[in-house]
Parts: sequence; C-alpha cells; structure tokens
Amino acid sequence: MRNKLAVLCAATAVALASGAVQAKEYKVGLLLPFSGVYAGLGTHIENGFQLGLEHFGGDLGDNTIVVVREDTEAKPATGLVKAKKLVLQDEVDVVAGIVSSAVLGAVRDFAHNSKTPIVVANAGNDKMTGESCSPYLIRVSFSNSQINRPMGPYLADKGVKKVYLMAPDYAAGHQMMQAFKEGFTAGGGEIVGEAYPPLRDTKDYGSYISAVKGSGADALYVFFAGGAAITFVKQYADFGLAKDIPLYGAGFLTSAAYVHVQGEAADGIVAALHYIPSLDTAENKRFQEAYQAKYGKVGSEFAVQGYDAAHLIVEAIKASGGDDEAFKAALAKIKFDGPRGPLKIDPATNNVVQNIYIFENDFQDGKVVQTVLDTAEAVQDAPNGCAF
Amino acid sequence: MFSDGGFWITQALNSLQLAMLLFLLSVGLSVIFGLMNFVNLAHGSFYALGAFIGYSIASQSGSFWLAFILAPLAVAAIGALIYVTLINRMRAAGPMKQVLVTFGLIFVLLDTMRYIWGNDQLGLTSGVPFTGSTELLGVTYPSYRLFIIAVGLIVFAGLYLLLEHTRLGAEVRAGVDDAETASCLGINVEGTFFIVFLIGCGLAGLAGVAALPAFSAEQGMGVGILIQTLVVVVVGGLGSLTGALIGSLLVAVTLTFGQVFIPDFAGIIMYALLLAVLLFKPEGLFPARGRA
Repeated sequence: MRNKLAVLCAATAVALASGAVQAKEYKVGLLLPFSGVYAGLGTHIENGFQLGLEHFGGDLGDNTIVVVREDTEAKPATGLVKAKKLVLQDEVDVVAGIVSSAVLGAVRDFAHNSKTPIVVANAGNDKMTGESCSPYLIRVSFSNSQINRPMGPYLADKGVKKVYLMAPDYAAGHQMMQAFKEGFTAGGGEIVGEAYPPLRDTKDYGSYISAVKGSGADALYVFFAGGAAITFVKQYADFGLAKDIPLYGAGFLTSAAYVHVQGEAADGIVAALHYIPSLDTAENKRFQEAYQAKYGKVGSEFAVQGYDAAHLIVEAIKASGGDDEAFKAALAKIKFDGPRGPLKIDPATNNVVQNIYIFENDFQDGKVVQTVLDTAEAVQDAPNGCAF
Repeated sequence: MFSDGGFWITQALNSLQLAMLLFLLSVGLSVIFGLMNFVNLAHGSFYALGAFIGYSIASQSGSFWLAFILAPLAVAAIGALIYVTLINRMRAAGPMKQVLVTFGLIFVLLDTMRYIWGNDQLGLTSGVPFTGSTELLGVTYPSYRLFIIAVGLIVFAGLYLLLEHTRLGAEVRAGVDDAETASCLGINVEGTFFIVFLIGCGLAGLAGVAALPAFSAEQGMGVGILIQTLVVVVVGGLGSLTGALIGSLLVAVTLTFGQVFIPDFAGIIMYALLLAVLLFKPEGLFPARGRA
C-alpha cells in the first residue's frame, strides 16, 4: 500500500513538474471486422490491442484511454459509415484497426480531410503508403510488397531457376507476386507460369495445382490467407507436389493463426513474414506468455499488429504532453522494440520499417515448429509516389 | 501440358470430385424445390453445420468415421427442428415469404455457429482416413478425393433405388409430377415432403463432413457453396435425380476446365453456363415435371 502511494506521489510530482499536463481522456476508435469473412482476424487484432493497452497503458499519469469498437463487416461502405460515426459522433482522437485494404481505401479520403489519424493494424495495400499516402495514415502492420521483396533474392541465391506464381485475383495478390517477381527476375530467375484464381469463388485449387505439375517449374511461390491458405496447403500436400516442386510464399500461407490446422501438410514450406511466434526476444516472450494466458491461443502476427498499434498510440500520448496536434504528429515518429523486433515508422511514407523473417515449417511430434532461416533487417519500402 | 494424358485424367478426376460434392448438396435442394416449390436458401448452412458438427465429434472422439455417420444424422435432426418450428408454418405463405424467411435463417444459423465454434478456421489434423495419394491410370491422385467420388456414386445409386423401387420413391415422383392429384389419391404429400426434407438436410450434412478433411470448416462456407448449388439446381432442372447429377457434372467440368484454359474468366464461366441453359432450355436440362 505504502509503495503504491509512493508511486502515485511520484507520478503526480512528475505530472506537476512537466507543467501544462491536464488529465485527458483519449478516445480510440477500434474499427475492425467483427462479422463477415475477416471476423477471425478482427478478433485477433482486438485481443492484441487490449493486451497492448494493459502492458503499456498503465503509466499515462492522469490521462486515460477509452476504446470505442465498431464493426466494419469487412465492407467498404459500412467501414466508411462507421468511421464517420466514430469521428463525428464519438469524437475519437485516433482510429485503429482496418483489416481489409478495400475498407482502408474507402475510409482514406475521409480520414485525410477530417485530419483524423488512422493507425492501420493490417490492410497492406502498397498504394496506401505510396501514391495515396496521407500524413494521417500510419501503418504499423506491413505493406504487401515489403513482406515479399526479400524472398525474390533469397530464392535466386538458393539456385532456384524457374518459379510458378499463384495468388488470389485481387490487389494484394498481384502486389505480393509483383514484389517477389521483381527481386527474383533481377537475380536471374524466370517465371514459368502464373495463375490468379478468383478470390471468393475458388473452393478447390485442385485444377490449378495440377496445372503446375506440367509447367516445368522448380518451385511454387504463392500468397493465400485464411481459409484459402488452409485449403491450398492441404491440397498441395494431397497432390504430392512437395517432392518435386517445393512450396514458398508470403508467410500468411502458414500463419500462426491456423498452421496447427494445416498440420503435416505445412511441413517443409518456407515463407517470409514480419512476425512468427517463435522469435527469441524478451518482448516476444512477454507478449506470448501474457497472450496465451489470457486468450488460450498462440498470438498470431495479427494479434501482434494490434498489440503494437496500442503500444504506438500509448507512446504518442506520452510524447505529446496532452496536446492534440503534438499527438497526431507524434504517431508517425514513434520507434520501439515490439514482439517482432525493432520497429519504426518511415517518415517518407508512414509505413512501418521492420525485419522480415524467412522461416521454415517443420512438422515434429504432431506440431508445426517454425524456425527462422534468414532475417532481412529493417526492410523499407521506396516512397512509390508518396509525397506529404 | 495439354498433350500430356495425365493432365486430362487429373483434371477429369478433379471435376468428378467437385461434381460429387455438388451433387450431395444439390439433390436434396432440387427435390425439395421440385416437390413443393419450396426454396430453402438456408440449405448451404446445413453443409456448414455438417462440417462443424463433424469437427466436434471427430476431435472429441478421435474417430472420423463416427463423425461421418453421426454428423449427417445430427444435421437431419436440426433440420427436423427447423421444419417443425419454422418451415411448416411457411408452407402456404408463397415463395417470396419463404425466400425471405430462409434467407433470414442463413444469418441466424451463421451467428449461432459463430457463437459455438468461433471465428477461426477449424480442421482435422489426425485420424483422417485415406491420407496420401494413389497411383491411378498413371497419375498420382489424392486418395481422399477418390473417397469423395466413391461416396457420391454410392449415394446416387442409393437414391436411384429409393426413388425408382420403393413406395416412398413412387410417392415422391407422384408428388413432384402433380401434388394435387397425388394428394387426392391418398398420398400424404406433406409427410413425404417432410421425409425428403430430412434426407436433403442429412445429405448436405454428409457433404459438409466429407469436405472437412480436404478443406476446412469456416464461417461462411455455407453461403459460399450456396450459389454453386443453386446454379446446379437451375441447370439440371427441378426435382430430378438425373438433373442434379448432370447439373453437378456440367458445373464441375465447366469450373475445373474453365479455370485451367481461360483463367481470366474463371470467376464468371459458371454464370455463362447458367445463362446458356436459361436461354435455350429455361426449365433446366432434366426437369422432373412436364416430361410428358
């Protein structure tokens, strides 16, 4: 008790000493899909976000953080309505979340014009920190090309000559394949085939996978996420391609959110991602222990994105001294070590600068173990037409 | 690639496998539709229920076969409950209200499943039979898919015998052909409809649990498959077993080979088939009614 009192006194003294600090209630609008196809990701991000507030939001002095949550249903029109509601009715100071790039695209102009900062906790569309960038969009998750860029040179260096590409037919799928292709062909590799199955309508990848067999490819490089990733990886294993045409991809293919469902089918897949749960850092250990104790599941990269979004907002509040404009400006200047390693916001684009881990999945004793093979440090996107 | 015989065999097997899954789903819907002019849009939800219930049974008991038998029965039981509480009341309400009610039912079932099983994808990692692949006609093909094909063919044979050689089958055929006359002849058409509805639900549940090892159980899978199933029903024609089978095969072949040969149109090719059938044979290829 006496200890607590002493801490309180000290905190008050610090607050008084810094002068103009007034108790402020910061409102965060958590804009996530809680229903619809991305509901699972929305839950992971929210869980991570709440844990981040618990871990970092405890020493804000008199300031408090209130969270208002809204469901985008992963639909652009709904997302925009909910964003307007958060800003105009709830008067939030900052919006965090947004899983779908289509929702981010719909919300972007409104955020920009109303000068409401958005801390993007998933949506990876390159354009949003490229030609459509805004000083009010701060991305703490990843960009589509950032994840895939290191894999091109990596495969070329390994002596892989001919690669077949496959991804769902939408912006993210094409951006991810393009980023890989550029690095791979620059390293002397050749693309022998590409397929872009429809995003929602494809239930069966059998015909696509069968077509890869006769293409003469040395390897298959893909991006799939969620249910499509589970289905694809299982079907790839079922068709027995693994011995001739190894599978590589963006790490969402074997995300910690569902790699246990893929099980043995994920064995041997090498992929790249900004976070895997087995990273050996003190921050990650703290995160995983607390997350698993609280939610009973392994914290996925999506949970980490929510966790780091909360961390970023807390740090910006601390750095701003209670001033609104200073808070907005501070969001893009934060750097810290999170569960995924060192992370900072690129002043040229407001996209995160972070390590990309190339890792392998091994199926051992009924579990998939993910081991880092190589780390591309501080991967940064080119400005791609972004000018604030 | 195209001159390679193995390629054609593999893709043909892929088509057949998809066709069998679609057949299990569409046959119940088609006969319900044809027999009573009742459109059950929630039919896809029974497919999802089959997968989720199958997952729970298999992961609790460790036996996929137990799930394979019990999940369809459980889905049929849920179907019975929904029939008694909801669908029976809507029988005389006209197609528009039936569509609205079963459309609403999709969301009720979807949220109920989310409440019970959560938002994450679920899949079986152990205890699945027929893992690995088999050498067949010179190609390596996943054994489990061959199993799905076998299940579809067995169900088709069973339904054929049921429809053509049993009293229930005769009543169904009579009901589809002319419900009023059948009713006048002393056939309990309502009772027949109830049994057909339960069989349809059970087959959708069977498709769900059969799909579970090859795909995974996830929210929204029922809505996703509904469109393809409805296309099969329309292409094949209402109320007939042959229609459901031929419709399934046509849709599956179109989808599978379309994806390979004209990948840019993979998303719309099924609708092109639908359009062609509607233009030239609007009642479907093998409708049960109006054969005479």
